[in-house]
This record gives sequence, C-alpha cells and structure tokens, in this order.
Amino acid sequence: MGAENGERVDKIARGFNASQNQYKIVPTYKGNYTDTMTAAVAAFRARKQPHLVQVFEVGTATMMAAKGAIYPLEALMTDANEPFDKSIYLPGVISYYQTPNGELLSMPFNSSTPVLWYNKDAFKHAGIQNPPSTWNEVNAAAKKLLASGMKCGFSFGWQSWVMIENYSAWHNQAIGTRENGFAGIDAELTFNNKAVKERIQSIADSQADNTFVYGGREDSSLPLFTSGECGMWMSSSANTAALKSQAKFDFGQTMLPLDENVAASPQNSIIGGATLWVLRGHSKASYRGIAKFITYLSTAELQAWWHQETGYVPITKNAAELSRAQGYYDRNPGNDTAVKQLGLNTPTINSRGLRFGNYVQIRAVINEELEAIWAGSKTASEGLDDAVRRGNKLLRRFERAN
Amino acid sequence: MLKQVHFGSSWLPYALLTPQLLIIAVFFMWPAAQSIYQSFLIEDAFGLSSEFVYFENYQLLFEDKLYFETFYRTIFFSSMVAGLSLLSALVLAGMADQVIKGALLYRTMLIWPYAVAPAIAGTLWVFMFDPTLGILSYFLDSFGWDWNHKLNGNEAMALVIMAATWKQISYNFLFFLAAMQAIPKTLIEAAAIDGAGPLYRFWTIIFPLITPTTFFLLVVNIVYAFFETFGIIHVVTAGGPAKATEILVYKAYSDGFIGLDLGSSAAQSTILMLMVTIITVIQFRYIERKVDY
Repeated sequence: MGAENGERVDKIARGFNASQNQYKIVPTYKGNYTDTMTAAVAAFRARKQPHLVQVFEVGTATMMAAKGAIYPLEALMTDANEPFDKSIYLPGVISYYQTPNGELLSMPFNSSTPVLWYNKDAFKHAGIQNPPSTWNEVNAAAKKLLASGMKCGFSFGWQSWVMIENYSAWHNQAIGTRENGFAGIDAELTFNNKAVKERIQSIADSQADNTFVYGGREDSSLPLFTSGECGMWMSSSANTAALKSQAKFDFGQTMLPLDENVAASPQNSIIGGATLWVLRGHSKASYRGIAKFITYLSTAELQAWWHQETGYVPITKNAAELSRAQGYYDRNPGNDTAVKQLGLNTPTINSRGLRFGNYVQIRAVINEELEAIWAGSKTASEGLDDAVRRGNKLLRRFERAN
Repeated sequence: MLKQVHFGSSWLPYALLTPQLLIIAVFFMWPAAQSIYQSFLIEDAFGLSSEFVYFENYQLLFEDKLYFETFYRTIFFSSMVAGLSLLSALVLAGMADQVIKGALLYRTMLIWPYAVAPAIAGTLWVFMFDPTLGILSYFLDSFGWDWNHKLNGNEAMALVIMAATWKQISYNFLFFLAAMQAIPKTLIEAAAIDGAGPLYRFWTIIFPLITPTTFFLLVVNIVYAFFETFGIIHVVTAGGPAKATEILVYKAYSDGFIGLDLGSSAAQSTILMLMVTIITVIQFRYIERKVDY
C-alpha cells in the first residue's frame, strides 16, 4: 500500500518489531495491487519470494490454485503452535477466503465494501431531506441536485465491483454458476441477467441529462465528487482518509441503493480489499515469526485503530465492539455503514463473494464492455452479453492451466 | 606470386566482438528464445503446472476478433505518430535552419521534451486534459467541447497520439537539423541567386538531400511507436476506454503481467518480434534502394 495507508503499514510493522525482539518484519512497497501480485509471482518463479504478500480479493482464485506456492494460514498457525481462533473474525469478511470446507487460507488485512457517499452541503442546498435508499430516490436526488446547479448527479468508482458484483449480491442475484465459483473452477458467469441489464441501461440513458457521469476506472472518478461536480459517489468505504483531506464540504455515507423491482429488501454487500498470503519456501523458524505477526495483526486494539484511521472494516468482532465502546460511531455517525451492510443478513451463495479464475482479466473485460455501454456504442444487453462470453472464455482457459 | 597479407592470429576480431555479442546474447537472444519457448506452453501463474500445447496459444489469438482489432489500431496509431512527428519536426527544423538570432535558445527549447521520461510526459498530458481538473479540458469546455478521454475512445486515441508525437518531435528535429546544416550553403545560395524562393529551395534541394536521414528516422519512429510508447499509454489511458488505445505491445503487457497469462503474452511478443523483423527487412531491402545517398 502506498501514500497515507502505506505509512500506516510501516507503523504496524514498527509496532510489531518493538513488541518483541525475536523477529523483524520488513514491509516493502511494490506498487498497486496488480503490480504487487505480479511481483510476487515473478519472485516466486525466481525463488526469491517474500514470506507474506498482500493480494487483492480478485486474485484469490489464482492464489488458491497455486497449491505448491502458498502456505494456508490455518496450517501455518498449527505448525507454529500459535493459538488461532477463527471464530473471532467477522464471517462476512473471512467467507471470501475460505475453502469449501471452511479452512481459512489467508489473513484478511484490509477489507472494505462499497457505500454511497454523498455531499451533505449540496443535499441541503438542493433541499433533499434524507440520503437516498433506492435507485428511484438516487435518480430523484440527482435531478434535484442538477436543478440546484450541480453539474452531475452521481458517479461511481470500481464499476465492476460496485455495479456488477455488489449490485448482484445486494439483490441476492447470482454472478455466476457453481455458487459464484466457490464450488468449482468449472463455473460460468451469468451476470448478464435482466436485472443487471435494465439497471445498467437505465444508468447509461441517464447520462443524457448528466444524472450519471462516468469518471473512469478504479477510483479515478474521485475528483468528480471531491471537486463538487457530482453530489453522490458510490465507491469503497475505505475512502474516509482521502475524502477527509480532499473534500472541502461536509460529506456522509449511506447504504447502497436498492432496486425495488429486483428485491424487496437488500441482502448484504460483499467485500473488496486484500489479504495477506503466506508463501512457502522459507525456514520453519521464520514462519513462527509470521504466525506471531498474524496474531499481532488480529488484536482488537490494532484492528480498531486501522478501521478508524482508514475506513476499512474491522475484521474481528472485538475490534468492531471496541470501536463502538470508544465512541467512534457516535462521533462519526454513518461510519458503521460498511459493517452494517456486510452483516445485514446471513450471506447466501449469491452474496458470499465470488471466486473465479483469471478474474483480474475478467474485470478488465467488464470495464471495457461497460465503457462501450457508457459511450453508447453498445446497448447494455449487447455489452453485458459480450462481457459474459469473453469472461467465460477466460474461465475455460484458467481451467485448462490449472 | 604475391604474398598474401597475413595477420598472425584470427582471434583478435572475435575477442573485440565478444562484449557486444555477449550483450546481444544475454539481453536479446536469451529472452527471445525464452519467449518463443513460453509461447508453446499453457501454464498457471506460478509455473507449478505447465502443458506443452504446440501452437494453441497462436491459434487462439488468430481466432480472436479483438486481436485483429488491436492489430489495425496499432497500425493506425504507429503511422499517425510516425507521420505527425516526422512532419512537425521537419517543419520546425526547416525553420530553425533559417533562424539567425536566438537560434541556440530556440533549438534548446525544442530538444527539451526528449529529456522527459515517457511516464512523466504521460502524466503531464493527463494533467492538462483531465476531464475534471485539466486546464486544457477546461479551456475546451468554454468552446462547448466536453472533453472526456476516459469515455470517448477517439479523444483518448487523439490524446495518446499527441503525447507520443510531442515526445518524439525533439529527436527527429535534432537529426533533421543536423542533416540540413550538413548541406553546403553554396548550393542554397546559388539557388537563391537564381531566384528560387525558400519553399522551392526546400523541396528541390534540401528535402532530397536529407532523404537518408528521413529514411533512418522513419524506421526509428515506427519502432518507437510500436514499443516505446508503452509508458505513455500506460500512464495516460492504460489501454482504455474499452480497448480504444490498446496497441499490440500494451496487450502483450496486460495479458502477461496483469492477467498472468504468460503463454498468450509470449505468443504475442513473438508475433511482434516477427513483425518488426519483417518491417525492418522490407525497409532496408526495398525502400533503401530508392533512397539517394
């Protein structure tokens, strides 16, 4: 991790190194998520792998398939005789990283979920009382914002994660077959269903009056929100720090909007972010140090601090309770949105997460097809069908290679 | 019989060539061979399981409509970058050749962009044209042009072409200017006395005399557009929106390093290698003959 959060990672490492004198953790920054994963893979091929590597959630299937390269977290803790209690972690967070039999493979480090950020000042100015909770209300609020002189109603970041993956989970719709890929690598994508197509088409159409404005991949639409052009922005809850430093207005967060035609009430949202994977090929003694570090990372104090500083969700129940006891949510109303969304209901097979191979590439495909839809060169139906067709090709290729 | 001139040992030329050959072997031959071998494999990211599949990676590429689109896009992009940067450099050099006062300053300023690293050049253009924050997009907005290269593929293509061209003009300028200054002044003065205007002098005397340079630059520029523009594209658009600026070398990168599909990426690199070899051979064998050295 870089920037502000990179400094916090360094702080965690310093804290661990100072807490004992047997082991020393050396954090190294290798670029963004994809750069880091590529660097780890290249390092492994050259037999120079790090002990721990931070891999984003969509790389999970690739890491899981690399059985000879990874050291499953639970096996590591057992081998190192380090006490480990899985039940302290939030189920909504760790279910993304468990095998079908429930074995936890990697250490959830930074997890977030998309929320709806809104500009409170602009809402007040436009005379909107409550933050929207349905898509109809989002559109109505957008119209009011435009009428009050804003340039754009809403935008979103990480479009595949927010508008395809989380939209599906939120409405309890399958993203693919085989329990979204959890049950086997022969899964196929199925998100080109009626609900997604209609929503995407309606968003694409609403570009006509700037209700929606597309701001680019990943988080490059952030300036649209912070500059005051768009009054609403759907993206990761972990933008707390960035917004605090960049937005010159009062902002808040609320739950993702509901499509009332698709579901009567929201299911739960799914996480994004990254976990720490342990790589094989080092000495037994050093793995004991890693086990100690994992325990250190899971302490309630550290997790609560991490959560409050970054907006990532606390990964243990204790950390969530500690944050509440410390009065964090009273001081910052709305900042428990992410935790609430993740724990709204017991996750179903549609809302537990997803585990598809080659998913980094598939997300790129989804980005491309959505961009074609926003640009008007394809209808939502054509674009999403193409995305599924191209994505399935990549899934079959992954099946071949593993 | 005449005694043959004879140097005692024949190892010296080889010894002198060794460092260069070693560099070529280590930095070109070896990776190229690796890449050709890799292109016959389907492998998982970590290299734990691999299968020899002969030409399947190639077959998949040639069945893929999108791969051909990338092909045409690369040709369009490369000819635009090479054409525009050669043309503007030629015009600038032609004018710089005639400047007398402040010539040094003028030239230095023109050579400057060449010292800028591709990633930094890309960042500069991204800043200027950012749809929300950019100064130039703000300017365009006042003319009613809603610039958004994050969404509009044509604008994105125009932007990477501009950035890549801007970066290459200096290099071309330098060579053109040197070539022009190597032309004896007497030729030009004689033509001027005979009443030929500056433009006429340029087309009938200067331009034909600098063809060798033009030809050399054409090869260099095409190779530049094919490979070295990677940094600019990576920073400015990352191949988007919707593949609108994805050229061959960028696809090889994103499939290999982001998608971790090394087999396909290696096959693409091998195809690229072949293409550049062919282009270079054609240029040197056939076009070179028509060049008046």
